[in-house]
Amino acid sequence: MGSVKAELLRLWKWPATWVLIGVWLVMTLTFGYVFNYLALNGGTNTRSMSQQQLIGAMQPENVGAAVVRGLPMFGGAIVLVLAALAVGSGYGWGTWKTTLTAGPRRVSAMAGTLGALGIVVVLLVALTFVVDLGAAVTVASLEGWDWSLPGPGVFEALGASLLIAAMWAGFGVFLGVVTKGPALAVGLGLMWAIVTENLLRGVGSLLGPVEALTEVLPGGSAGNLAGAVGGSGAPGVLTNLSGTTAALVLAGYVVFFVGAATLLKVRRDLV
Amino acid sequence: MIVTTEKLTKRYGDRAVVDEVSLSVRRGEVYGFLGPNGAGKTTTIRMLLGLVKPTSGSARVLGEKPGTQKALLKVGSLIEGPGFYPYLSGRDNLRVHAARRGAGRTHVEAVLEQVDLVGAATEKFRRYSLGMKQRLGVAAALLGRPELLILDEPTNGLDPAGMADMRDLVRALAAQGQTVLLSSHLLGEVEEICDRVGVISNGRLVAESTVEQLRGDTVLLIRADPIEKAHVLVEGSEVHGDVLHVRQADARALVRALVHAGVDVQEVRPLRRTLEEVFFEMTGAA
Repeated sequence: MGSVKAELLRLWKWPATWVLIGVWLVMTLTFGYVFNYLALNGGTNTRSMSQQQLIGAMQPENVGAAVVRGLPMFGGAIVLVLAALAVGSGYGWGTWKTTLTAGPRRVSAMAGTLGALGIVVVLLVALTFVVDLGAAVTVASLEGWDWSLPGPGVFEALGASLLIAAMWAGFGVFLGVVTKGPALAVGLGLMWAIVTENLLRGVGSLLGPVEALTEVLPGGSAGNLAGAVGGSGAPGVLTNLSGTTAALVLAGYVVFFVGAATLLKVRRDLV
Repeated sequence: MIVTTEKLTKRYGDRAVVDEVSLSVRRGEVYGFLGPNGAGKTTTIRMLLGLVKPTSGSARVLGEKPGTQKALLKVGSLIEGPGFYPYLSGRDNLRVHAARRGAGRTHVEAVLEQVDLVGAATEKFRRYSLGMKQRLGVAAALLGRPELLILDEPTNGLDPAGMADMRDLVRALAAQGQTVLLSSHLLGEVEEICDRVGVISNGRLVAESTVEQLRGDTVLLIRADPIEKAHVLVEGSEVHGDVLHVRQADARALVRALVHAGVDVQEVRPLRRTLEEVFFEMTGAA
């Protein structure tokens, strides 16, 4: 518990935590509501979305889908950056050395970091939900729509959001530990999340096996889970795998990333 | 013994960075771990803290295996400069560290006072001077009231005033009975504050004893005329130019005998090797 408390204290007071969460909230608002609202009120709908689709995307009852659809790519990238920075920076600042000589066992120290990051991920998803719900209610009230609050199905979407964010956070932690620094971890992570998987999807349209592979890569499985719980109309959202399959693949990634990072942290010399 | 190592070795490939080092630190002493840069001091210390795993050999810290929770909670350390979050204040950094060590908030205030940082406790760590950063590092090491304090080059990069402050701090801790393992490449520092010294060179511990023992016996320098007659009269003396060197001699008796024999004694003084001379002799450094 001491390790989690220590990590939470330092993450809570870290400007980067709030800057990244803030950037994500602005993005989800802008792409989820502001642009859709402008499109609905006289904009040119370049995505061939009908008025009904735009209204549906902004309805408060669909806020779960609004939360989850941004996470497979851009939201995930932001979570990955946060985790990679949180873990990788400790090597440059020398804080890992301080942490590992403070008393807790290495596994406990790592569990503290993972636990605190987990809490930040929950906070991020919760804040996204609150902000999106606030925006949806505002738009619905402004437009005079009949609206209702989301039903129990929203928990499925929020659970999927948590799993997707946890996977990207795990990926960031893994990269931070492997590269022992923030810069390379962030660079590699962003390249993977935004560029590499999209390039592979492009190649996949020419080669069947590559296309099948892209469905189970981190971004692909996140996109499939988002698609399975109702997320649509955002980059990275796919509908080729069932929700259960995508969730299992994602859980596998979480276990792999967290396990491998912890194993490396425990076994590797800190020089 | 607070720390013992038995043939502790760390190899990177074919290169032995630490080579069969066997040292011992006793309770209540300030132990100087002396060696040139790159001699293996920090790697040895990292092995004592469990940050680096030894290739072979063994070590016990306060009777525990290095790096275990039991051992680490009884040890406070500052290795190769302080590692803190730059965006947090000194106090918040200590609070984070205290949470990991299970130390209370009141102890944070106590150690801030001990290292004279109360006035700067709310400043961000990145705005601290090097001296303040080092003192905060010592404060963190003192959290949890450790039985052993390991300070690796605590005066590195400090100006003369900062170095003097740090030495005073270590002296004050030692006066309270705190066991300190202090690594340094600064001979004066070790000579001034350490009870015993281990000298490491190229990964090997070449000597371990008190500073006095390291310096060896006091040699008496005698300038006399005629020197040849004095040399004959003083048993075991050696002629070095126009002076004699005599080991373990009673100066007063010697002078009386020489004067009685008609030798003109011009100068008699103890000639002691400095730790620096001993160090250069042992490490082969120029």
